[in-house]
Amino acid sequence: MADLEKTDESMDATPNVTEVETVDAATDEEAVAAIEAPVERGEPILQVRNLVKHFPLTQGILLKRQIGAVKAVDGVSFDLYQGETLGIVGESGCGKSTVAKLLMMLETATAGEIFYKGQDITKLSGRALKAVRRNIQMVFQDPYTSLNPRMTVGDIIGETFEIHPEVAPKGDRRRKVQDLLDVVGLNPEYIHRYPHQFSGGQRQRIGIARGLALNPEIIICDEPVSALDVSVQAQVINLMEKLQDEFNLSYLFIAHDLSIVRHISDRVGVMYLGKMAEIGTDTEIYDHPTHPYTQALLSAVPVPDPESREGRERIILTGDVPSPANPPSGCRFRTRCWKAQDKCAQEVPLLAVPERFKGEDTPAAHESACHFAEEKDVVHAA
Amino acid sequence: MTTIEETRNVPEPRGAAGGDVPLLEVRDLHVEFHTRDGVAKAVNGVNYTVSSGETLAVLGESGSGKSVTAQAIMGILDMPPGRIPKGQILYRGEDMLTMSNDARRKIRGSKIAMIFQDALSALNPVLSVGYQLGEMFRVHQGLSKKDAKAKAIELMDRVKIPAAKERVGDYPHQFSGGMRQRIMIAMALALEPDLIIADEPTTALDVTVQAQVMDLLADLQREYNMGLILITHDLGVVADVADKIAVMYAGRIVETAPVHELYKRPAHPYTKGLLESIPRLDQKGQDLYAIKGLPPNLTRIPSGCAFNPRCPKAQDICRTDVPSLHPVTERDGGGLVGRGSACHFWKETIHG
Amino acid sequence: MPDVTKAQTTDAATVDAVAPPAVDTPAKESGKKSDKPRSLWGDAWYDLRHRPMFWISSVLLVLLLVIAAFPGWFTSVDPRDGDLVHHYLGKPQLGHFFQPDWFGYDQQGRSIYSRVIHGTRASILVGVGVTALVTLLGGLLGMLAGYFGGWIDSLISRIVDIFFGLPFLLGTMVVLNAFTERKVYVVILALACLGWTSIARVTRSSVITAKQADYVTAARALGAGTTRILFRHVMPNAIAPTIVVATIALGGYISAEATLSFLGLGLSDPTISWGIDISEGSKVIRDNPHTLLFPAGMLSLTVFAFIMLGDAVRDALDPKLR
Repeated sequence: MADLEKTDESMDATPNVTEVETVDAATDEEAVAAIEAPVERGEPILQVRNLVKHFPLTQGILLKRQIGAVKAVDGVSFDLYQGETLGIVGESGCGKSTVAKLLMMLETATAGEIFYKGQDITKLSGRALKAVRRNIQMVFQDPYTSLNPRMTVGDIIGETFEIHPEVAPKGDRRRKVQDLLDVVGLNPEYIHRYPHQFSGGQRQRIGIARGLALNPEIIICDEPVSALDVSVQAQVINLMEKLQDEFNLSYLFIAHDLSIVRHISDRVGVMYLGKMAEIGTDTEIYDHPTHPYTQALLSAVPVPDPESREGRERIILTGDVPSPANPPSGCRFRTRCWKAQDKCAQEVPLLAVPERFKGEDTPAAHESACHFAEEKDVVHAA
Repeated sequence: MTTIEETRNVPEPRGAAGGDVPLLEVRDLHVEFHTRDGVAKAVNGVNYTVSSGETLAVLGESGSGKSVTAQAIMGILDMPPGRIPKGQILYRGEDMLTMSNDARRKIRGSKIAMIFQDALSALNPVLSVGYQLGEMFRVHQGLSKKDAKAKAIELMDRVKIPAAKERVGDYPHQFSGGMRQRIMIAMALALEPDLIIADEPTTALDVTVQAQVMDLLADLQREYNMGLILITHDLGVVADVADKIAVMYAGRIVETAPVHELYKRPAHPYTKGLLESIPRLDQKGQDLYAIKGLPPNLTRIPSGCAFNPRCPKAQDICRTDVPSLHPVTERDGGGLVGRGSACHFWKETIHG
Repeated sequence: MPDVTKAQTTDAATVDAVAPPAVDTPAKESGKKSDKPRSLWGDAWYDLRHRPMFWISSVLLVLLLVIAAFPGWFTSVDPRDGDLVHHYLGKPQLGHFFQPDWFGYDQQGRSIYSRVIHGTRASILVGVGVTALVTLLGGLLGMLAGYFGGWIDSLISRIVDIFFGLPFLLGTMVVLNAFTERKVYVVILALACLGWTSIARVTRSSVITAKQADYVTAARALGAGTTRILFRHVMPNAIAPTIVVATIALGGYISAEATLSFLGLGLSDPTISWGIDISEGSKVIRDNPHTLLFPAGMLSLTVFAFIMLGDAVRDALDPKLR
């Protein structure tokens, strides 16, 4: 199913990811049954193939005509395995939040597929779509705006059962909400309080409880701790790890804080301007990065240990991230890259194990979208 | 010059430190806000000094009073509901809180400048950046329009904005986040102030751009020999540029130290907790160390040490007595320059 | 390793929560005032209760509503009974509280006091009726435009623009001119017909703000339907400005009715209205100012009470506007 044809510049061939075993469900019942079927630990549960999202730029008030597009996500492929945490890092404008929105079906993809247990969810509707929504939940970045200020905590969490009444019978809901509050470390008696009576960390716990309410299999966390105070972040991270073990969850963990991502993730993907620059296990990415952008990112992060960086090279990139409406040709990073050559402007580098490391048993042998991928000893965050 | 003064509990008479008057000295500053739900005590007796060429990092979480202190120095506190019941802010030995409005305005405009977190909202969107930069010269130095523009271009060059000449007529929204923050820095530099207060200058920027902006700030500070107060919540940002650090919690300074010392051997349980809660490699798969509980409500700060409900070392004395900023010494009593800790058990904290 | 579940032990309602001032240990906190749920509406009510302006206007408005509902409680004289022989333009007797001659008599020998009392109903009915209609129509259209955007928004916004371009009073006059007998409901419909646009605009913009909030995205991510999102998430968070504008506009509708009646295009006999009386009174104002002063005074008082209430509500609902 993974389309290996290189149809257009925005579509990368993605030899790195495994072929998707698709499920052809003829009826809604079959589709729902496939969605409810369990997945073995370590098997892919979510497979993203060549995902593209372009936001059209229009001009004119009455007769709108398209003058371009913001290429927020431009051909991204990855797998999420059952029970793992896949971290996605990148700077603002790299498209990581758009990926989250696409997976949540809050935006419609311009192209590409999202397979959940073998079914392309971008083509689902009706009961099957509802079943998928139940199984993929989200924790938002800002705990201050993601909870409706006019609703009590009980109503906020309980609303999930009103939308999906099959999960909990009516008489049972209040008790379930209180159980959830207890699970995330809040006093169950707070059920009648309003969000503004809580601090940021507590609100994020409420957001997590809402995400857990429907017993999902996947939780997409979009910067879940970046709005919290430093001393509270660790509490929430610990809670999320505890819940992952307890409920057998798979996390897609989007963040810009590299040390937290390393702590929580099994694998990490680095995004730059709508494309995946490098993806691998946490050790591969953090200790053996081969993409220049990953190297620069790691070395730019301020480390709260001034001595650890002495005597090592620090890369400071010049300039800003280019606009996603008008990305550079070829490799998107070439305008800021110290290794860039003519080839980089002409050819889009594929996300694949670099030729030079192929067949070698080294941590450097992981997928990296660079023509000149090589290891470089840089100052490390985390 | 990166010397660090002895930490003091009691404010000294002015100029006592070797006859040398520090550039800025904050003494026993208190700020409170009167709200419907009571008096929020945002700053409760803060003391710090900054000298020329020195960088003081003020580290704290939201509600620690780090920004309120800076706002009090800049005179941009909303009063009411804010109030300064007690304290002095001495600029070269003169108390800015008691001087005439005119004199204060002169200092705040040209001698002390501030850089804000959000450059986009701090710049006027309908005026070109060149005009806004030039305005400083036209108003304060009476330069002509043409000269002011030339000065503006020079400033933009100085903060390393590429193609300054061509971009001087551009509007703030035409610049990227990093470039806007550079323009903010240029504006702060325009009148060559003695002191710059930077309130979370890089928080809104991407990591790869953060490093550029911090480096620029550090370079310019060296070049102009300015004092710099860097307010941040990010333990990492300060590590590279600061000379000394003051850690704030619930409106008080709980620890002061030269930057390297702080990371190596924290002497306050709060600082220690913050450093330990940063994920480390060897903790993979384990729980992170987490400071329990939540930052206090400023309308009812716990009695005694404000950190006591969250502190693993808390004893009875911590619930009753407010710890003063003790000078921190080596195990053998040898002095540690510039170190202080507002903890009854600082010895146990630093020496284990 | 501190247990995550301990986080609630020092739980403090955030800075803006009602806090007992001298509570030291966290253990004592639970069960105190801060545990009470406090909705934003509750906060607004708390705020309102502490405003004298709110109480003054409320007392006035309650009194006016009682007068409008039960004019017979305040006077037993028929406002249409004129006695030209004894009372032609009788002067007010300010000491005769609640007597027919308290405010004097008009040029048809009718008790002005009785007419002022009986005229209240028409004014209040017009004010409340127009506001209710305008809020329903404008609110609904504004909400649809704001929430759905696209061509629905373009269509509604253009209609709003067209209506906005028509002069409000002139427009109503043209509409009313088509009727020979103008009862209260006719005037209400005519005013509402042209008055809904400002409410629609305000509602549209606050709905646009509310629909972009993360909690709306969160509800969509859960699979919530449009109706649920509109009525549970968007409306409760967008309605405050609409309420404020409607309350303040209410006074305006009452004075618009009076203006129309004064011009002879509003309510017509036999309906009793302050506007009609003001119009009548103005003819003999030189020698008998009381014929005008009392109905005009009541009108001003009523409008003032509604605007004051609107101000108080605005301040309570949105402290930022203060």
